[in-house]
Amino acid sequence: MDCNQARPQLQSRLDDALAAEPAAALDGHLAHCPPCRRAFHTLKTAQGAIREHADCFRAPGALRSRILAELAAAAAAPPVSGRGRARRSGHPGRLGRWGWFGSGAALAASLTLVITLTLAPVPGAPLEDQVVSAHIRSLMENHLMDIASSDRHTVKPWFNGRLDLAPPVRDFEAVGFPLAGGRLDVLDQRPVAALVYRRRQHVINLFIAPADGAAAGLHEASPTRGYTVLYWSDGGLADWLVSDLERTELLEFARLLRSPPPAQ
Amino acid sequence: MSDPETLRRFEQVVLPHLDAAYNLARWLTRNPQDADDVVQEAMLRALKYLTGLRGENARPWLLTIVRQTCYTWLRNNRPPAEVYILDQDDFDLATSPPGEDGGGDPETLVARIEDRTLVNRLIAALPVPLREVIVLRELEELAYREIADILAVPIGTVMSRLSRARARLRAGLFRHLGESDRGL
Repeated sequence: MDCNQARPQLQSRLDDALAAEPAAALDGHLAHCPPCRRAFHTLKTAQGAIREHADCFRAPGALRSRILAELAAAAAAPPVSGRGRARRSGHPGRLGRWGWFGSGAALAASLTLVITLTLAPVPGAPLEDQVVSAHIRSLMENHLMDIASSDRHTVKPWFNGRLDLAPPVRDFEAVGFPLAGGRLDVLDQRPVAALVYRRRQHVINLFIAPADGAAAGLHEASPTRGYTVLYWSDGGLADWLVSDLERTELLEFARLLRSPPPAQ
Repeated sequence: MSDPETLRRFEQVVLPHLDAAYNLARWLTRNPQDADDVVQEAMLRALKYLTGLRGENARPWLLTIVRQTCYTWLRNNRPPAEVYILDQDDFDLATSPPGEDGGGDPETLVARIEDRTLVNRLIAALPVPLREVIVLRELEELAYREIADILAVPIGTVMSRLSRARARLRAGLFRHLGESDRGL
């Protein structure tokens, strides 16, 4: 092998891309050709400097948690809808900051969301079962709220860009059902809004999803695992209310929710 | 489309390569927020196309998606002058800058290149088609074949771009040395 044959192969040798035989032949040439050896050494030195000093970026934890949350929602939603829905109007042509959960603080919650979704009950299980499961899940592992606030003006906008619907958010603190916050949840493989209210020590979950059917009055599901489940729809939105609260009190709350909002 | 089984497979097969995805996006966009956006979108696309992943290594497969997402992003967000080179079919025919290796002494080079900033600045200054082969080869340590698949170009093109990228980096490193020497 001469230098003219050796030089074009130096880079491949550097990258371990030569088969054993050509590599051995090249090494033989380098052993007795100082200029080629020096050229190879230069390549190797520069490669070493690059590999040692170039930044190798690692995904930030907040990004990781957002992606996990995003995946859970995507798994439950029709494909492709995520991007257009969340595109920031203020930045045309720019990929939206989806910010499903805003910060790494929601890491645990979003992990739970993915895990519980992965282990989710078989779709098609009675919806009241899923509602009760989601309620129980919300009480575990700090998964109750993604946005904790008693201010409906804080909770309502939080859902913007996270869901295809704008859930009505009202506070009933004056009558003993204070708003505590909200989160995204999954019912029937679809992302839904979950509003959290409290009644003394009891937690009440109100799930709001797009309604497929016509308006329907207040219904009560058969008692499931000791929880009361009420549901209704107004034609546009379907509401599911679940709690371990006394049945009559939950019925009272349902009536409050179904009452027309006061004029603003 | 995304049943629990698909999601589980995604978590096991694709998610472990999130760091590699971010690294490529970060180097191509040169901006942390943009890298966030690109990676997030790329991961959703990956979930959507997961059934297309059969048997092959998930890392190059994912990086292909990340790269395409980056290119779309660059076309939409970068000035035409910078985007132009992405679409230039004859990019590889363009004359390389003279491969000034400067005849510098490699040992001196090692001793002097202590700061990371120079190396990072030089890589960031490469045009995207050269930058990406450096990231995929030197940082992700992918083989020529894998890089060729990601870029959808022949292996020979990968090798020539890699050679040109390295020549530019070496030239930058040695030029820096020359300036330092003059400053002493």
